[in-house]
Order: sequence, then structure tokens, then C-alpha cells
Amino acid sequence: MGLLVAQLLAGLANAAALFLVASGLSLIFGVTRIVNFAHGSLYMLGAYCGYTALQYLTGPLGFWAAALAAAVAVGLFGLLVECLILRRLYKAPELFQLVATFGVVLVVQDLTLMLWGAEDLLGPRAPGLDRAVMLFGQPVPEYDLALIAVAPLVLLGLWLLMTKTRAGILIRAATQDREMVGALGINQSLLFSGVFFLGAALAGLGGALQLPKGGADLTLDLGILAPAFVVVVIGGMGSIGGAFVAAVLISVVNVFGVLYLPESTLVLMYVVMAVVLLVRPHGLFGRAELQAGPPAAGIPDRPLAPLGPRWRTAALALIGLLAVLPLIGSDFALVLATDIVVLALFAASLHFMLSLGGLISFGHAALFGGGAYAAALAVTYAETPMELALLLAPLAGGWLAFAIGWFCLRLTGVYFAMLTLAFAQLLWSLAFQWTEVTGGDDGLIGIWPAAWASDGTVYYYLTIVLGGGAILMLRHLAHSPFGYALRAARDSEKRARVSGIRVDRVRLAAMVVSGTMAGLAGGLFVFSKGSVFPSALEIARSFDALIMVFLGGVDALGGPLVGAAALTLLQDWLSRLESWRLLLGLAVIAIVLLAPTGIAGFAGRLLRRREAS
Amino acid sequence: MLEVAAVNSFYGKAHILFDVSFSVGKGEAVALLGRNGAGKSTVLKSILQLVRPESGKVLFEGRDITRLPPHRIARLGLGYVPEERRIFADLTVSENLEVGRQPARTGLPLWTPERLFELFPNLAERRNALGGTLSGGEQQMLTIARTLMGNPRLLLLDEPSEGIAPVIVEQMARTIRALKDAGVTVLLSEQNLRFARTVAERALIIDSGHIRFDGSFVDLEADAEISASYLAV
Ligand SMILES: Nc1ncnc2c1ncn2[C@@H]1O[C@H](COP(=O)(O)OP(=O)(O)O)[C@@H](O)[C@H]1O
Ligand SMILES: [Mg+2]
Repeated sequence: MGLLVAQLLAGLANAAALFLVASGLSLIFGVTRIVNFAHGSLYMLGAYCGYTALQYLTGPLGFWAAALAAAVAVGLFGLLVECLILRRLYKAPELFQLVATFGVVLVVQDLTLMLWGAEDLLGPRAPGLDRAVMLFGQPVPEYDLALIAVAPLVLLGLWLLMTKTRAGILIRAATQDREMVGALGINQSLLFSGVFFLGAALAGLGGALQLPKGGADLTLDLGILAPAFVVVVIGGMGSIGGAFVAAVLISVVNVFGVLYLPESTLVLMYVVMAVVLLVRPHGLFGRAELQAGPPAAGIPDRPLAPLGPRWRTAALALIGLLAVLPLIGSDFALVLATDIVVLALFAASLHFMLSLGGLISFGHAALFGGGAYAAALAVTYAETPMELALLLAPLAGGWLAFAIGWFCLRLTGVYFAMLTLAFAQLLWSLAFQWTEVTGGDDGLIGIWPAAWASDGTVYYYLTIVLGGGAILMLRHLAHSPFGYALRAARDSEKRARVSGIRVDRVRLAAMVVSGTMAGLAGGLFVFSKGSVFPSALEIARSFDALIMVFLGGVDALGGPLVGAAALTLLQDWLSRLESWRLLLGLAVIAIVLLAPTGIAGFAGRLLRRREAS
Repeated sequence: MLEVAAVNSFYGKAHILFDVSFSVGKGEAVALLGRNGAGKSTVLKSILQLVRPESGKVLFEGRDITRLPPHRIARLGLGYVPEERRIFADLTVSENLEVGRQPARTGLPLWTPERLFELFPNLAERRNALGGTLSGGEQQMLTIARTLMGNPRLLLLDEPSEGIAPVIVEQMARTIRALKDAGVTVLLSEQNLRFARTVAERALIIDSGHIRFDGSFVDLEADAEISASYLAV
């Protein structure tokens, strides 16, 4: 009994920070329709700012003042991000907003590193609340009790704000119909900035209040992101009360998980989410989207055309170059080129569903990593030969895509995207925590190609043949009746249905195709590296895919190749520099704002303009 | 009061409005008539810049409002009542009114929830009900009341008689005439010629994005051919 109560209280205490982060995320999404991937970064900044503020503010009052100061500082930072970057993107496709906020994640990571250093900072204890009280014979930290009180207080404050003040009424109105709010004379920019400040400040407060329990380190940002997404999805996007209930649910499930199922703590959260969504597809307190947002991924305004003579020459030249690369390039160039081809296939597989199908996945790493792990597990436990493993990888990717798609395709837009991310995290948790099978953090090693392909040059050619062939096949599919049906469903679901297209099946099929190709990319990846780690499944990998698609240009079929080359070379070049994340982040943000058609789209436009004149 | 000059509007690449020009004088009530899909809603949206015209100008009280953001235009005293009503379903009736509230304007009576509840007695009984639970007629009244909270000088009404019961239509006509008497200029779009005639003194006819007629209802009735070719009977 005592232990149970103690665990319950610990869960409730953990819920506080999670609720603060998730409510801010939900609020921002509700009004601006932006999924703020930098929200975890705001949480991390809150922890660091709180740490610094505590150097100057002491005593029990000082502690709470420091937390508030951190919240305000982070709120102001959020305001800056909104004014400088996001404000220009409210009407842009979701992919652009997403890539821009991910650019902010990278920038904040390096800024934090520069300002506070790489060392983990130990959280100070909260003065006056640094002991434990005995409840039912179990020690419960006083600070936990304080946190348990803080969350409902914040909820109450938010509730009063939202129902009793004009600002709150306007925020709720804007959540439902922002255009109408504007037509009634309300300055939306001001409202959006205010909401961003508030949401960011809540995340910052969460980070600062978490200090005495967990300290501050550089992994806080992406660490909180997935749980916060899960909470927002379970609670219902845009619902603050929902975020509270869901944060409590997840945190309590989590502490009991640690007690009874220590191996599966990370997975448990996603299981809860899946169960809730099976019963209520839009979360506990959410509702279906009322109005259609902007197009998911920027609709190409030109019909797909077969390659023009100029591009065909370029493609042939590229193939020729790739063929002779082993003769003229260094070993390192070969490694880099192998990487590029693998990543290009990965990006092309995402491009297929994203650009043609309008299906934005935040968790494409699930399919890549799924293929990689399938191959690696087969080799490790069944001594499967490479040839067979390379067949298993795409099969696994396809099956995973089928399972994930079956679940996620019942939702659309941002809901779909968030769900895919959650599933990717589920797989990541499995790879990370199921140590006996997956090796956990140590990964699976010694996965080398068959003897005949063990030479770097041979494996390079193998990669080109398989990867290049798969990319060509995706291209071919894009021009097939299947590809047309997919695009018809993207442009107008209703019209597609009327003309006899079975939209749900077409989309699921597209996901399976995409998953098969991503799985193959994962398989090729494992044998080129000789090992696989949970990083093949992590959020950052999913983002690599999105950034490559974005860099290459959404509406250019050759884009993924350009994007993969750009990202690989950029990363290779930048990673020699001190703050490559900062530079990459800034570069990404600049491209979103200045050249939103991507590199290939930009070049294509230049070329067309030249041809026209 | 309002001057629309050679406006051309598009949805994507579809050209919808072709050199639309007309004006509305102070204190007038003008009806914009046309069939379904003729472009009436697009005209009203182009005035408020919810649709940005590719070319042409919109002047409000002599001031060029083309390309201004909609909220600035609304604050100048231009009230817009959308065809789809667009009530905030999760807000109560009173809260819906609060969203529309703007400061008083000189020379015009100040609208308060109390005065509006007098004008729309049905709403008064339901002031704490959620917008989404109102009947169609009640929603139509709420959307007008909400816009009136901004104390507009010029009211744009998009098909106010559409989809509501005949009794309510009559009440709507009385309301619009009362607004006019209170000094509000009105531009309303309509398919229902009979309703339009009871509230407006001048008619504009739009068809396929072209203005085909601009004159009094007397002239319009004299020209049977026009109504026959451009209006649904
Ligand atoms: N959002 C939109 N996107 C594309 N076309 C539209 C849109 N809204 C209206 N249209 C088209 O513009 C034309 C004029 O529409 P509208 O102004 O709504 O007509 P009305 O209000 O007279 O019924 C119609 O042909 C309609 O199909
Ligand atoms: Mg209309």
C-alpha cells in the first residue's frame, strides 16, 4: 500500500514537467497550426536558464523566482523565433514549418553547448523543500509534493486565462477559425506572438522546475519531445485539459512500469497511446480537424513530365561518373558515394509518399531502421547469408509500413505525422531496451557483406545497382496509373473517391512501397557499416530524411538524390567545423525562408527560365 | 463610401472576377444578385481582402484598402458576415460576441450585447449556450450580431436569407431595415430576388464574374430579359 502510494505520487510529480511542456505545445499547435519541433529545445533552455538564474537568486523564494525568470527568458526566446522565422511560414506547407523548427533545434543545441558547456549540470535542490516526508511508511520527497501542487495550479491559471479574459476567448476562437477572427478585426500576428510566448514560457517553466529532479544536459530537448508528442496526441491536439490528463496517465503508467516491467518502460507509453487512439482516433479530448489547412507538402503546379533531353543527358553523365568513380576517386570518396546512394534511396522512399501522396511522416526512420535491424538480426541469430538478408530488409520495411499505415492512415495531416513519429519511437525503444536481442545501445556488430562483395568497390557497385534500381522503380511507379491515383487522392480526396479510386488502399499501398524501399536502404546501410545501432531508428534520422527531401525540393522527382548529396557533403564538410549544428541549422532555416523550392527546384527553375528566354 | 474598381480575382489559376466595378453610397442598401457560383461571395471576400485581387482597387471612404490585412480593414469599420456563418462552435453566444467587440465609432450608435439581445430576442435566451448547439436561424443571427459588435459603418452580408425558415427570413429583413435606419450602409449578396427587393433599393447583377446590371429594382423589373438570363427564377 505504502509503496503503491509512493509510486503514484512519484508519477504525479513527473507529470508536472511533462504537462507544462505538452500544454505549451498543444496551445501553440491549436492556434498557429504549427507543430513546434523546437519545443523540447525550449524545455532544455528552461533548465539551463533556471540553472543560471539560481546562481544569483537564493533561498526558497529565490528558487521560484528563478524558475519564473527562466520561463520569461524562454518565452522571449520563443517570441524571437516566432517573429524572425515562423511568422513568415504560417501559410507555407507543413513540411517547411517542420524543417524550420528542426533548424531551430540544431541551432539551440549548439548555442546551449557554447553558453553552458558539454558537462551535465547537476540540479540544485529546492531550498526549503529538500527533505522527504514519511507517507504510509514511505519517504516522499517534499519537492515532489510541491510539483504535484504546481501542475493543477498552472492548469487552473490557464483555465482562468482561457475562459475569463478577452485574450483567452480570442485564443480559443482562433483555435477554431483564425481567418474569421482576423475578419472581425483581431490582429492575428499579435495573437500568434502572444500564444508563442505563452507556450514557450510554459516549456521553459517545465525545464526549470525539473532541475532539482534531473539537472540539465544536452539530451533534454529530443528526450522530452516524444513523450510530449504522445501526451498531446493522447489528450487531443489543442486541448489543455487533455494534456493534463494524458501527462498524468503517461507518468503514472511509467512509474508502475519501472516497478513491474522494468524492461519495457519506454515501450509502455506507446502502447497506452495506441490503445487510446484505437478507441478515440483524435485523442481523449480532441476533435477532427474542422478546416483544411494549407497543402501538406507544396503541390507541384506542373504536371510530372518525363525527363527532358537536357536532364536525360545529366542523368546519363551522373551514371557514368558513378560507374568510373572507383577508378578515379579515393577510398573515402567511395565510402561517401555509398552513403549518398543509400541515403538517396531512403529520401526517395519518403519523397514517394510525401510528395505524391501528401503523407508527411515524422517517423520514416522506423522503416529504414526496421529494415536494417531485420537484416542484422537475421545475420546475427540465423547466420543468414547477405543475399537473403538483403531480401529480408525490404520485406520487413514493407510489413512494418503496412502495420504502421494501418494504424496511422485513419488520421490525416499533422495527426498522421505525429503518430508515425510515435511508432518510430516505439521501435527505437525496443531496439534500445530489449538488450538481450538487439544488444541495446551496443547495437549489433559484425554484419559484413558476403565474401564476394566484401571488397569496398564491389559493395559500392552492389549498392549502386540495387539502390539506383530501386530509385528508378519509384520514378517509374510515380508515372504509373498507381502514381496518378495517389496524386489524385492527395489533391482532392473527394474527387478521387468519386472517380472510383479507393483512397485508403492506394495510400496504404504507397506506404508499403515506401517502406519496402526504405527497408532496402536500411539493409544496404547495415552491410556497408558492418553494424547497426538504435540511432538508425532515432528522431534525428527521420529528420535527415525530411531535410533531404526538402533540400532536394518537394516537387522535383530527382530531388532526393540532390538532397542526399547535399546533406551528406554538407554534414561531412560542416562536421569538421566546431559548431556544425549551428551552421547546418542556420543553413536549413535560410533555405526554408529564401529558396523554399529546394536546391533541385531552384536549379530547375533557373534552367526553365533560361530555356524560355 | 465603397468603391470597387476593375477588380480581377483568382483562386489559384482560375480567373473568377473580371474587371468588377461598382460603388455603394453612404446610407444605401445594395443587393448583389446572381446565381450559385456567379462570384458573389468572391466579390465580398475581395473587398475584405480575404481573397487578394490580382489587379484593381478597393476604396473605403476614399481610402485605398487593397492589400491591407483583413483585420485592419475590419477596424476601419467594414463588417463582414460570411455565408457559412462561421460561428465559433466551442464558444458561448456571449463569448462569440466578445470576439467581435471593437471600440465605438463616432457618428454611429455603440452596439452592446444588451442592445443586440433586444434586436435578436432569441439569442438573449441562449446567451450561455455553445455556438455549436444553436439552430440555423439562431446561428445566422449570431453571426450578424457578432459582426455588429465591431460597430461597422458598412456591413457586407453574404446570403443572409440562405437556409433559414421563412419566419426568420422576415425577421431578418426587418433587422436589416432597422440597421439601415440606424445609419449602417449595407451591401448584401442574394439569390433570392424577392427578399433582396424588400431590403435594398439598388441591385447589382453578377454572372460568371462579370457585372451585368447596375440600377434600381424598378429598372431591373422593366428589363425582364436580364432577370431571366442571369437570375434563377
Ligand atoms: N476556394 C475556392 N477555390 C476554388 N474555386 C472556388 C473557391 N471558392 C469558389 N470558387 C469558384 O469560384 C466561383 C465563384 O464562387 P462564389 O464566389 O462562391 O459564387 P457565389 O457566392 O456567387 O455562389 C465558382 O465557380 C466556384 O466554384
Ligand atoms: Mg456564395
